[in-house]
Amino acid sequence: MSETLTVERLTIGLPEGADRPFAVENVSLTINKGEILCVVGESGSGKSMTANALMGLLPQGVDVKSGRAMFEARDVLRLPEADKQALRGAQIAMIFQEPMTALNPLMRIGDQISEVFAAHGLYTQSERRKRALELVREVGLPDPEKIIRAYPFQLSGGQRQRAMIAMALALEPKLLIADEPTTALDVTTQAQILKLILDLRKRRGMAVMFITHDFGVVAEIADQVIVMREGKVVERGDAAAVLDNPQHEYTKRLLDAIPTGKFPEARQLSDTPALEIKNLRKTFRTGGGLFKPVREVHAVDDVSLTVARGEVLGLVGESGSGKSTLGRTAVRLVTPDGGHVMVGGVDLAALSEEELRQQRNKVQMVFQDPYASLNPRQRIMGALTDGPINRGVPKEKAQAKARELLEIVGLGADAAMRYPHEFSGGQRQRIGIARALAMEPELIIADEAVSALDVSIQAQVLDLLRDLREKLSLSILFITHDLRVAAQLCDRIAVMQKGRLVEIGRVEDIFLNPQQEYTRQLLAAVPGADWAEPEEVTA
Amino acid sequence: MWKRFRSNMGAMIGVVMLIAVIVIALIAPLLFPDGPWQMVQRPFLAPFAVDGLPLGTDTLGRNVAAQLAYGAQVSLLVGLVSTLVALLIGVPLGALAGFYGGYADEGAMRFTEFFQTIPNFALAIVLVAIFEPTLFSITLAIAIVSWPPVARLVRAEVMSVRTREFVDAARLAGLSKPRILIQQVLPNTVSPIIVMASLMVATAILLESSLSFLGLGDPNAMSWGYMIGAARTVIRTSWWLSFFPGIAIVITVLALNLIGEGLNDAFNPHLSRKGKA
Repeated sequence: MSETLTVERLTIGLPEGADRPFAVENVSLTINKGEILCVVGESGSGKSMTANALMGLLPQGVDVKSGRAMFEARDVLRLPEADKQALRGAQIAMIFQEPMTALNPLMRIGDQISEVFAAHGLYTQSERRKRALELVREVGLPDPEKIIRAYPFQLSGGQRQRAMIAMALALEPKLLIADEPTTALDVTTQAQILKLILDLRKRRGMAVMFITHDFGVVAEIADQVIVMREGKVVERGDAAAVLDNPQHEYTKRLLDAIPTGKFPEARQLSDTPALEIKNLRKTFRTGGGLFKPVREVHAVDDVSLTVARGEVLGLVGESGSGKSTLGRTAVRLVTPDGGHVMVGGVDLAALSEEELRQQRNKVQMVFQDPYASLNPRQRIMGALTDGPINRGVPKEKAQAKARELLEIVGLGADAAMRYPHEFSGGQRQRIGIARALAMEPELIIADEAVSALDVSIQAQVLDLLRDLREKLSLSILFITHDLRVAAQLCDRIAVMQKGRLVEIGRVEDIFLNPQQEYTRQLLAAVPGADWAEPEEVTA
Repeated sequence: MWKRFRSNMGAMIGVVMLIAVIVIALIAPLLFPDGPWQMVQRPFLAPFAVDGLPLGTDTLGRNVAAQLAYGAQVSLLVGLVSTLVALLIGVPLGALAGFYGGYADEGAMRFTEFFQTIPNFALAIVLVAIFEPTLFSITLAIAIVSWPPVARLVRAEVMSVRTREFVDAARLAGLSKPRILIQQVLPNTVSPIIVMASLMVATAILLESSLSFLGLGDPNAMSWGYMIGAARTVIRTSWWLSFFPGIAIVITVLALNLIGEGLNDAFNPHLSRKGKA
């Protein structure tokens, strides 16, 4: 096979004062024609920097120190800017993680694709248009005639990513660099995009450099794999070999951290419910004016479920399924339109604002974004004691309790006097959990609590939650978009779609014997599904 | 934060200049125990014409240096106090509007717009003309015309902070709304407010000077604007009478602007125009 790109001993320097001298150190890699190379690593591993260096898109202050990248017998790292520009798009194309920000919001899709031709001075106006249409058709966008006249905001996330891919393919590049192109997408959409990339590779014989943090995705599409950590390559090889027989300690850790199909042992659940949701409804109304009808979204549509004391119930669904609204309604951050939220014999949905403040402690929440969920100007101690002190717990007692909780979540009592910015994302999430526990709640709602974390950190936080569940017999409503994560922690799983509860059952039942079509679709879309759980499927 | 501020040359120059002005204002009674109104020599003495009068004398034979020093007191006092008062009006109003939204927001913002539709300076003149021109009324007038931008800024900041998850967490902790606003939200809006305040002091000094220039100043307080206004008829024969107070205004306003920009860069390192993050 012929080599499309050969990178030799690439080293990229970081500006002074960064946490390490080199973003990428001595990285070598080869991509052959028609091959998909997955570059895997956690955040900060230098995987995106490598791609940016190839495209000449390094941020200011970061530059290539040594090494070369041979593409068509030329070193793309040393090319003058004008040549680089000619190369970008025409020979090497790139797609990004966030298709909304990568597309110009004020330009129609068709024009954006035509512009790629215009930038390289190709074809006439009408030919450009025709080719744009062909591309839109090739990437499988529905109703191509209409799509090329649409603006990016009128498209869904998956459609935007397809449009991006169409732009990238416009000039038939020999190399496609994809930087986490599916991370922002729902699982079912992700599965479609991955399939599209595989298809295109086959049809056009492109080489693809696919950057991801997800070994499931690797299992799905990779031929070759490179595992990076702190700027260095720690392992490389055939996808199958790396996945089945990892050599390096770090790769093993990453693979272990991935939720596999192994289910936690089924536990006996108690009969007393911690949370009872009955016929809950919440409708959002937007727009509406003199001549415009009101747009109604049934975010939660007549949902009933119970979480037993000491149980972890996973609430799974794609974006827009209403799972977060359900969680926020259960803590009454959102007031429902109808139904009951029974916690410890009190209907939270029916309380007045003032009564509610007295009952707030009963249900607590752990939030998704570890960076937004702590007040940057408040010490950890303050965050942990505000609530209890407000409830009338004496200050000394609340502070002692806060220190104890910080020990329990594995941070150490001296964390109390520090500010949030001194902690990493995973540590902040532990603080968030401690804050929820400080209120001595009957139920904790974890809204995508581990989604923003790297896999290995994710595994640690999940361990912590599992631990706490045993020790404190916590009841948790665990909201996530990731079925694999849910499988690791939960006793039962509830699947939501478009505001309705589709299916609810024990983890094994949902995974091995799903009753509903939608659940089956979700399961099939999980990347690496076949690789991760062969035993269970045949069992 | 402080480190970033200190590494900013312009801002440090501003601080030095401002401190110099403040020191002069403070020790004015020691330097010139006779006060700014005392006639000390012949009128229209040029700078350095007579020993002990480095900046000469004015139309009535008063010491220009003494006038400048006492004028600094007035300018700084009016600038600081009016800004404080403007913050006292603008911050609570903007915070309430931004935090509670709905009718509170509508009401507060329409009220703010009412003030914004009238040109600043015209309104200040009218206010001072209605009241007796005293330091108190001038300060109040300047505060009344300069709070609307504060309210708008605070409202926007509060609106963006209140959607952050830690505010939800505070609600779950059972904290009352006013307490969340004061304890959780407002501290996170402080940096833009400080930056704006430092620039507002500069604007207030200019406004006060303009009012005194027009003869609407406090007749009992010596101020830079009054000095320029009184000297404008003799500007061709006695340039120093308007030149030095003019320089004083430029230096003070420049210093405050430099400090304001330095603060802005220090609080928002990513927006710094210096390039290097």
